[in-house]
Amino acid sequence: MMEPGTYFMEGNTACAEGAIAAGCRFFAGYPITPASEILERLTERFPEIHGSYLQMEDELASIAAILGASWAGKKAMTATSGPGFSLMMENYGLGLMTETPCVIVNVMRGGPSTGLPTMVAQGDVNQTRWGTHGDVGVVVYAPSSPQELFDYTIKAFNTAEKYRLPVVVLSDEIVSHMTEKVEVPPKEEIEIVDRKKPEVPPEKYLPFRPDDDLVPPMANAGDGYSVHVTGLTHDEKGHPSINEKTQNMLVPRLIDKIRKNSDDILEYDEYKVEDAKKIIVAYGSVSRAAIEAVDLARERGYEVGLLRPKTIWPFPEERIYDLAREGIDDFLVAEINFGQIVYEVERCTGGAAQTYLSPRMGGNVHTPKRS
Amino acid sequence: MSIRKSRDWFSPDYQEQERKKGVGHGLHPLDEYLREDRIPHIWCPGCGLGVILNAYLRALKDSEIPPEETAVVSGIGCSGRAAGYVNVDSFHVTHGRAIPFATGLKIGNRDLTTTVFSGDGDLFAIGGNHFIHAARRNVDFNVICVNNFNYGMTGGQAGPTTPSDAKTSTTPWGGFEQPFNLPAVAAGSGAVYVARWTTYHVEKLIESLKEALEKKGFCFIEVLSPCPTGYGRRVGLKTGKKTMKHFKENSEIKPNADPTEVALDPQDPETKIVVGKFVDREAPTYQDERGKVFEEARKKLEVE
Repeated sequence: MMEPGTYFMEGNTACAEGAIAAGCRFFAGYPITPASEILERLTERFPEIHGSYLQMEDELASIAAILGASWAGKKAMTATSGPGFSLMMENYGLGLMTETPCVIVNVMRGGPSTGLPTMVAQGDVNQTRWGTHGDVGVVVYAPSSPQELFDYTIKAFNTAEKYRLPVVVLSDEIVSHMTEKVEVPPKEEIEIVDRKKPEVPPEKYLPFRPDDDLVPPMANAGDGYSVHVTGLTHDEKGHPSINEKTQNMLVPRLIDKIRKNSDDILEYDEYKVEDAKKIIVAYGSVSRAAIEAVDLARERGYEVGLLRPKTIWPFPEERIYDLAREGIDDFLVAEINFGQIVYEVERCTGGAAQTYLSPRMGGNVHTPKRS
Repeated sequence: MSIRKSRDWFSPDYQEQERKKGVGHGLHPLDEYLREDRIPHIWCPGCGLGVILNAYLRALKDSEIPPEETAVVSGIGCSGRAAGYVNVDSFHVTHGRAIPFATGLKIGNRDLTTTVFSGDGDLFAIGGNHFIHAARRNVDFNVICVNNFNYGMTGGQAGPTTPSDAKTSTTPWGGFEQPFNLPAVAAGSGAVYVARWTTYHVEKLIESLKEALEKKGFCFIEVLSPCPTGYGRRVGLKTGKKTMKHFKENSEIKPNADPTEVALDPQDPETKIVVGKFVDREAPTYQDERGKVFEEARKKLEVE
C-alpha cells in the first residue's frame, strides 16, 4: 500500500488505494464514466503488489470474474457506474445467494439508461437494495469524501469478508471526481478482516451451515474441501434442494445475517441533532452541502440538524423512528433523484413526523442556500 | 436384472446401507469422483450427458491431476447440472457466466485445473461473448461444450446450434436461422486446442479430454449429444440409441480438418459429421503474457 501520510487525492484514486490497503489483489472491470479512474489506478499499481487486473468484455463478465476470484481465495473488486451496475444485478444476486465476499463500487451518474454519463446523480440507491430479483439482505456504504472513499472501501472489504456477501460502495460522480486531503494511516493502524475458515476436516464440513453469527465458515477452492456452490436454493451441504423447506431455511438466514448484525454494520453521522426540531437527511455529495445548510438555517433561527447515513443499507431506521418520537417535527430528505430514500424515512417515522423531499434530477446539485 | 429392479440401487435405503460399508457405494469405478449422495442425476433416459461426464472423469483420473486441485464450473441447463455431481470444487453459476467465473477462479488460483462443463445454449447464446474473449485471451482452462442442438432443460427450444430447418418447440413450422459451427468459432477466436467428438466416440473423447486437461491454454471440446426428450423426438431421432446409431453411421474422423469446413447439418443425410482434433497449437497463455509485462513493470519500478 501507499506510504502513510497526507495526500491530495481524487476520490476514485482514494477508492483504489483503499482497496489495495484492504488487501484487494484481484480486480475485473470494464471502462465506464465516471468510474474509469479506479480501473486505471489499479492497473498502474498492481504489478508492484502482485495483483491481477482483468479488463473484461463487459460488466456481466467483470462481476462473474470477481466471484470466481473470491472463491479462489482472493479479495476481489469491480467498479462501475449505473449502466454497468444494471448489468451486474444478476450476479450480484449470485454473490448474495452463494455468500461470496467481494466489493462492487458504483459511482453514480444520471440515469435512467445512458443518461448523464459525466454528471452526478443518486438514482441507484434503491437499485442496490432491490435491483436483483428475490429477497436479499445487503450492505451499502455511501461515502461523502475522498477520505471516506479510502476508509469505506477498506471497510467494505472487511464487511464482505466478515459477513460473506458482495458489499457495495455507492459513490457518486462528485465524490469520486473531487480532489481533497486524504490521510493514509500506517499499515498497522488499518484493521483488516479475513473470512473465517472451516476448523473441521472436509468430511465433517458443511459449507453452508452457519455459526451463531449466521455466517458459515468458507473453504476456498483448492483447500481440499470439495465444495459445491450453486445459485439454486441449497441445503447446508451446498447441494441444490428445490423445495419450500430449504428455501425457508436459507433465504431468511441470508436476510437475517445482515438484519440481526445491523448494530455492528450500521453507521451514520449526526450534526446538531441534539436540540433540533427539523432534520435534513442526506448522504454522499449532497450531505456536504447539507452541513452548511444546517449552519445557515441556524443563523436564521431554525433549529435544524443533519442525519447522514453512511450505510444506506442497512438504513438507520430505529434512529429515525426514535427521533420522530422525541420531538422532531419535520424530516427533509435531500437527494439527487426524484425520491428514493425519502420513502424509507417516511416509513421509519411511521407518521410521527412530516417528511419532505428536496429532489434534484441529476446534473445539478443542492447548494446550501437552495435546497 | 430388470431396469426397474436396477433403479433400487438409487433408493435412499440402499444408499444408506452401502454408505455404512465405507466410502462410495462401490458400484462404479469413478465413485471417488462423484458426489454419490447427489445420485440419481436428473438427466433423461437416452441423454448423452452421463457418457460425457463419465469421459471427463475418466480423463481426470487418467491424468492423475489430484481432485483437490481440480475445479468444474457450469452454467445453466441440463449440462450445467454436471458441476453438482462431481466431487471436486464445483460451481453452478448463472446462465452464460461460467466462463468469466472460471476466468476469475483460474487467475485467482493458477494451481486449479479448471474445466467449464456446459451446454451449447449457455456457452454460445447467452454466454457467447464470454467464450470468444476467453479464447482470445488464451486463459488456461478447458471448455467442454455438450451440444445437443437445443435448449433441453426448458423444453426443447431452438438455440444457436439448432440445424437451420429443424422443428423445435419454438420453430414449430421449421427453423430458418443459421447455426454456429462451433469449432470454427473457437479456432477463429484463438483457442489453442479444438476438437469435436460425439457420445459414440467415447475413447477418442477421453483421449482428447486428457490432452486438454494437460495442455496449457484455452482448450475447446465440442461433444455432440443425443437429446431424445427435447430435440430428437421432433427430428426423427426418438431414442438415445437411434441418435447414437446416427452418430455412428454418419460420422467421419478427420484429424486436422479445417475448422471452417466442419459445419454440421444433422438433418441432411448427405453431410457427414466431421469429428476429430482440429487444432492443437502452442501459444503463450494470458497468465504467461501478463506475468512478463508485470515483471518488466516491476523492474522499471525497482520493486520485487
